[in-house]
Amino acid sequence: MNFETVIGLEVHVELKTNSKIFSSSTNAFGSEPNSNVNPKDLGFPGTLPVLNEEVVNYAMKAALALNCEIAPVTKFDRKNYFYPDNPAAYQISQYDKPIGEHGWVEIEVHGKKKRIGITRIHMEEDAGKLTHGDGDEGHSLVDFNRQGTPLIEIVSEPDMRSPEEAYAYLEKLKNIIQYTGVSDCKMEEGSLRCDANVSLRPIGQEKFGTKSELKNLNSFAFVQKGLEFEEKRQEKVLLAGEEVLQDTRRYDEKTKETILMRVKEGAEDYRYFPEPDLVELHIDDAWKERVRSEIPELPDARKKRYIEELGLPAYDAGVITNSKQMADFFEGTVDHGADLKQVSNWLMGEVSAYLNKHLKELDDLAITPEALAKMINLIADGTISSKIAKKVFAELVENGGDPEQIVKDKGLVQISDEGQLQEIISKILDENEQSVTDYKGGKGRALGFLVGQVMKATKGQANPPMVNKILLEEMDKR
Amino acid sequence: MSDITKDQVKHVAHLARLAITEDEAAELTKELSAIIGFAEQLNELDTEGVEPTTHVLNMKNVMRKDEPKATITQEEALKNAPDKKDGHYRVPAIMD
Repeated sequence: MNFETVIGLEVHVELKTNSKIFSSSTNAFGSEPNSNVNPKDLGFPGTLPVLNEEVVNYAMKAALALNCEIAPVTKFDRKNYFYPDNPAAYQISQYDKPIGEHGWVEIEVHGKKKRIGITRIHMEEDAGKLTHGDGDEGHSLVDFNRQGTPLIEIVSEPDMRSPEEAYAYLEKLKNIIQYTGVSDCKMEEGSLRCDANVSLRPIGQEKFGTKSELKNLNSFAFVQKGLEFEEKRQEKVLLAGEEVLQDTRRYDEKTKETILMRVKEGAEDYRYFPEPDLVELHIDDAWKERVRSEIPELPDARKKRYIEELGLPAYDAGVITNSKQMADFFEGTVDHGADLKQVSNWLMGEVSAYLNKHLKELDDLAITPEALAKMINLIADGTISSKIAKKVFAELVENGGDPEQIVKDKGLVQISDEGQLQEIISKILDENEQSVTDYKGGKGRALGFLVGQVMKATKGQANPPMVNKILLEEMDKR
Repeated sequence: MSDITKDQVKHVAHLARLAITEDEAAELTKELSAIIGFAEQLNELDTEGVEPTTHVLNMKNVMRKDEPKATITQEEALKNAPDKKDGHYRVPAIMD
């Protein structure tokens, strides 16, 4: 029997407002534990929540960018549960009137475009952070800095049919939200978190199979790998004539397997009710349109513009606009007068390779768009070769600075002086008479050897086309 | 009038983390049924086309500006904690 995979994702995104959603505590990552808290965050009796206006603006901005309809009337609800990360014993969330519904994003997998539906987007508060272990058996440590951090939860429709589609959806979601500027979406810092629901059904069957919920997915790659493992596991269970149990599993990065956390028994009983400490939120068209007007050009529009107006190849435009940082850097470099295609080549080549190797973001690098533009122009006007440029780039990326100065200080200027090159080449030919004889005898490889000797003698600074030309001329004379 | 069962009472008690005895459960079943019965009188009203009331105050859009304010220090936050370690609250481990 052949099965079809059905995947839906729940994504939590932390909004980078200055203060928390319901209190005035600072909203920041990486502070001393329990230093960004106040009595409200700690759930002290008598404290009351007051909604942060900017959270509504940010949530609306994300919802609009993801093509959602905005609810004209929305409200908050209380979700009740006991857990040490939650001092009030309830989380303020949104239940039946989320701020956004019926959205979508378009993904592309193997050249095929597909729309993935977004069921809803709602606002809620994050919980504190628990750490276990650390040689303290039987205890957990609680840091409430994260308590009250504004979140939006984005629930997709079960529209994805492969782990690859799930990966593409996540990439797209992250990209769009980063463009809107409401979150950094850094999975490693927990500002984007993802749970995945996955089930299998026989091809042609309409009813969904029983699903597993995957948690603890710490990177986009693990989301895909966890889903791939789960696809195979469920297929095996079904082919053996057994039933898939509705359960919650986590992905183990070491064994590359999903591990059972708990089997679900009945529905969760959170006893939602309207939050009595907060009043209704009415969003009129004027507010909505004001937020909509603040949304910058989104990745798809930018990609289209790069292709149609700038004439960048579609592949390049896709890679460059895949991150807002890269697209902004690209435009900045082009604005400083560098050739479009060269900028694209450097960003997709050396720059991306450096980022991947050192697991860094473009903003972390010392190189500026202006410096990259200058460096590219130094290659264009023949001051340095592309080979030397790699040395200049290595310096720029680590320490920044002015490419012209670096070239001067390190003596990297390309030798294009004909007389100077002639002198060096004559000397090398004198020292390598055998190679000259070999070349004249038809051994083409000897030329490569001689070019190599010239480059070595000039520390790679000789202008390569000129070296070739002069070598041939000089050998003809002999 | 719909009666609630003893099992429902026990379930609700568990959700609220209340330890109750069998006798208390029996007594609470009666009392809760009576309370729900009382509230159910409202079902006699025709509420067709009436928006559900989510708040008793006729107010909307009460919000504050996004301005952070420091109120208490880490030391003050942890002052009343029964157990603490390295700037954290220390609690019995709960693993799921």
